[in-house]
Amino acid sequence: MTTAVRVRGGGTWLPFARRRAVRFLTSLWVLVTAAFLMIHLIPGDPVRESLGLSAPPEVVAARRAALGLEDPLPVQYWHYLTGLFRGELGTSLISGTPVADLIGDRLPATAQLAVLAFLVVVVVAVPVGVLMAVLTKGGRRRGAELAFTSTSVVLAAIPEFLLAVGLVGLFAVQLGAFPVAGNDAAGSWVLPVLALAIGPAAVLGRIVRVELLAVLGNDFVRTARAKRLPARLVYLRHALPNAVTATLTLGGMLLGALVAGTVLVENVFAWPGLGSTIVGSIQQKDYPAVQGIVLVYGAGVLLVNLVVDVVLALLDPRSTIREA
Amino acid sequence: MGRRGVLRAAAGPAPVATPRDRTGVVRTVLRSPVGATSAVLLCLLVALAVFAPLLWGDRAAAIDTDALQQGPSPAHLLGTDQLGRDIFFRVLVATRLTIGLALLATVIGVAAGLVLGSAPSVLPRWAGRVVTSAVNIAVAFPGLLLALFFAVIFGTGTIGAVLAIAFAITPSFARLTQTLTASVAGRDFIAAARVCGVGRFRLLTRHVLPNIAEPLVINSTLAAGSALTAFAGLSFLGIGVQAPSYDWGRLLGEGLNRIYLSPAPALGPAVAVVVAGLAFNLFGEAAASAAGRRPQPVRRTPPAPESIVDDSGGGLLTVRNLRVTFPGGISPVRGVSFTVHEGEMIGVVGESGSGKSLTALAVSRLVEHPGEVTADRLEFDGRPLAATPDRELGTKLAMVFQDPMTSFNPTRRIGRQLAEVSEVHQGMSRRDALAKAVDRLRAVRIPEPERRAGQYPHEFSGGMRQRAMIAMGLMGEPRLVIADEPTTALDVTVQREVLRLLARIRAERTAGVLLISHDITVVAQTCDRVLVMYAGRIVEELPTAELFTAARHPYTTALLAAVPDLDTDRDAPLAVIPGRPPEPGEIGPGCPFAPRCPLAGDRCRTEEPELTAMADGHRVACWRSESELTLAATGGPR
Repeated sequence: MTTAVRVRGGGTWLPFARRRAVRFLTSLWVLVTAAFLMIHLIPGDPVRESLGLSAPPEVVAARRAALGLEDPLPVQYWHYLTGLFRGELGTSLISGTPVADLIGDRLPATAQLAVLAFLVVVVVAVPVGVLMAVLTKGGRRRGAELAFTSTSVVLAAIPEFLLAVGLVGLFAVQLGAFPVAGNDAAGSWVLPVLALAIGPAAVLGRIVRVELLAVLGNDFVRTARAKRLPARLVYLRHALPNAVTATLTLGGMLLGALVAGTVLVENVFAWPGLGSTIVGSIQQKDYPAVQGIVLVYGAGVLLVNLVVDVVLALLDPRSTIREA
Repeated sequence: MGRRGVLRAAAGPAPVATPRDRTGVVRTVLRSPVGATSAVLLCLLVALAVFAPLLWGDRAAAIDTDALQQGPSPAHLLGTDQLGRDIFFRVLVATRLTIGLALLATVIGVAAGLVLGSAPSVLPRWAGRVVTSAVNIAVAFPGLLLALFFAVIFGTGTIGAVLAIAFAITPSFARLTQTLTASVAGRDFIAAARVCGVGRFRLLTRHVLPNIAEPLVINSTLAAGSALTAFAGLSFLGIGVQAPSYDWGRLLGEGLNRIYLSPAPALGPAVAVVVAGLAFNLFGEAAASAAGRRPQPVRRTPPAPESIVDDSGGGLLTVRNLRVTFPGGISPVRGVSFTVHEGEMIGVVGESGSGKSLTALAVSRLVEHPGEVTADRLEFDGRPLAATPDRELGTKLAMVFQDPMTSFNPTRRIGRQLAEVSEVHQGMSRRDALAKAVDRLRAVRIPEPERRAGQYPHEFSGGMRQRAMIAMGLMGEPRLVIADEPTTALDVTVQREVLRLLARIRAERTAGVLLISHDITVVAQTCDRVLVMYAGRIVEELPTAELFTAARHPYTTALLAAVPDLDTDRDAPLAVIPGRPPEPGEIGPGCPFAPRCPLAGDRCRTEEPELTAMADGHRVACWRSESELTLAATGGPR
């Protein structure tokens, strides 16, 4: 017989918060270090690469000194870390403006796009997944199940940038319903958001259905039915909250992938965000800019994971005692 | 790329198949429509990759200054590019480079993942932990982000992109290898090899890797699909394949620039990428589901239904010829009849699989699709069960389930789970219902009920949870309590508390109790009458008082003989019933107990006996004459 060892769950929150904070900070440190080392891992001289073969050696040397590349590596690392704490991300090799300003300029467009797309994903996928689970429970309606599963598999397998191209071809070029590029008009949001949201929505809808079906097989659902609760309460009050853990865990991974997917979609739609900036910077070998943007994207993903875990802990008290 | 990983994580690693199964897996894949289609597509792609550059290489490179940037036409199916080259043939010819680079990246990525993933089991402990945490951190980042990161380091261009995508695949593959290795490491044959002194490296290469090869191969197929689309993405962004080389991604990027003039040059390569990606992914999915599926045993249909001699009935719960049938004609409950009167405690005993629990679910209207319940009569409190409104069942019929650990909703507080019965069925306010829940918890002797009501199930002990479950049944005015193995998951002292609680409810409220248990002593101590079930039927029904003296059915006597008591010779082996009960699908003609029965004769093997009244309140289903049975009961192996 197990005795009740935990009272009020308060005892599990602190270790959970500590463990999760350590993981976040470690990952962040690895990310920062990787971003720092990125410039040094590039074969050859990044400044020479960036300025081109025709640049006079004095200019290259001067630029190297300005970037601090002549200092010993630990010193450079120290400067990089302290700079980060002051909000400095270096200076663009191409435009000469601070990278932090560049990011501040471009980040909002990307963040808005990602958040809006994720909201669409959740608002579509959760009700559809629940509905499909209820309809196909216990092997009923095989046809509907097959149609849903195959549609979602195909939609999920199409990468977002190809979906974006297809959407542009159909809705912007053929039908002229939405703008092809930019983010000036309200209508210009529709296609990028759809391109980002359709795939993850298909995956999440499938996951919600599968998870809910698994939960419906649990003993406590039978208990809820034995209490003769209305079907609405059995599904929404008893089953759905128990499918949240897995849904949210995988939803967090989807959101992370969605954040990265903005890079491609922004390039299809010429969206003035970080994604189109990073690709331009990579092509122009503007390494400080690439370094800064990679750092922002990576930190964004880590932050998403952290938020998901905290929300999970609030919704499902058991997740605080599960080992990482 | 991240998305596929999510799906795979949801499905978990594919199960490990034994070598004998592997040819079967391939055959199953090719036989499924999805598997066959994707296999044909993959073959076509390989054929294109090999032959397209030989056949159409010249036409794809032919510059036609008279036809620059044309739209689709019969001469140029997808139009022409800025040098007047035919885009359709360029797409066909680009198959080789696209598929080749994707496979190359996959091979490198999988190899690196295998090395990283199996390193922890060969390296010293601390180094293994470093590798594991590094992989765990890298896995958190989406593949595309990793690919961009590595593309910067390795430089833009074909080789840089191959390495970038390879290293973007690596972390998830390393993680998969680790998970699979850990799952195999616990197996007996690994332990045996370790005991025999097999070295760690040899253990890995000879024993672990071969046993996880199948899921690794399946996931490599899926990874190849992801690599293909990711590569197209990099080339499309201009950081993959560089001119004058071209793959689908590059053609797509060129096409997109003039999508306003004509969508075909962009859509052509886009469709090619989607089809090829789908071919890899669907083949992988089909293989994964084929590996996970095991052949189902063929089930035989049971004999035709049989009528049961009807007695008067008219109790609290009246059940006549109850059957529960599943698709395929399998009937785990085959014609069960009994009556529970007010204030009566009836025990149902039998081995696992005898149909006890399903009977309990059927008489409480909880059997779900695709199970089907039929009965000549199924009445609760004087009304057909099917016509009883939920409100009445929710308050008059209380259920107690076997496993108190899993029978409460883990995400809701205990008090709320009790209270909702009164909220839904008795129209109480939240506050009143919660007050009643606290009161009921007190009634089942839960200490500090106010505090306990605010706790989650995982903060309760097993015994307390079972008492809380009974308290939940007491939220209404229960006329009948159906308790399905309520004490099985509890230790002996807690068992007794729960049984006492049930007895108290029976005495105080004159409620009927149907107690299901595989433990005949529990039933003997608490119940008025006993129903013995075997293979979906009642084989004997008798008053508890007569259980040890007048039990007739050989199965009942065998159950009793299997119970050790103070007189049991401790040195003799524990008595068991040889054999096992038949599966619901395997029941043929004749008495289902005959194969295990020491008294079985010819008739027992050909004809199933009916439940026949012997004396007042004693029914038995057995062909053997009364004298033989009595002899067996008294001179049996006790």
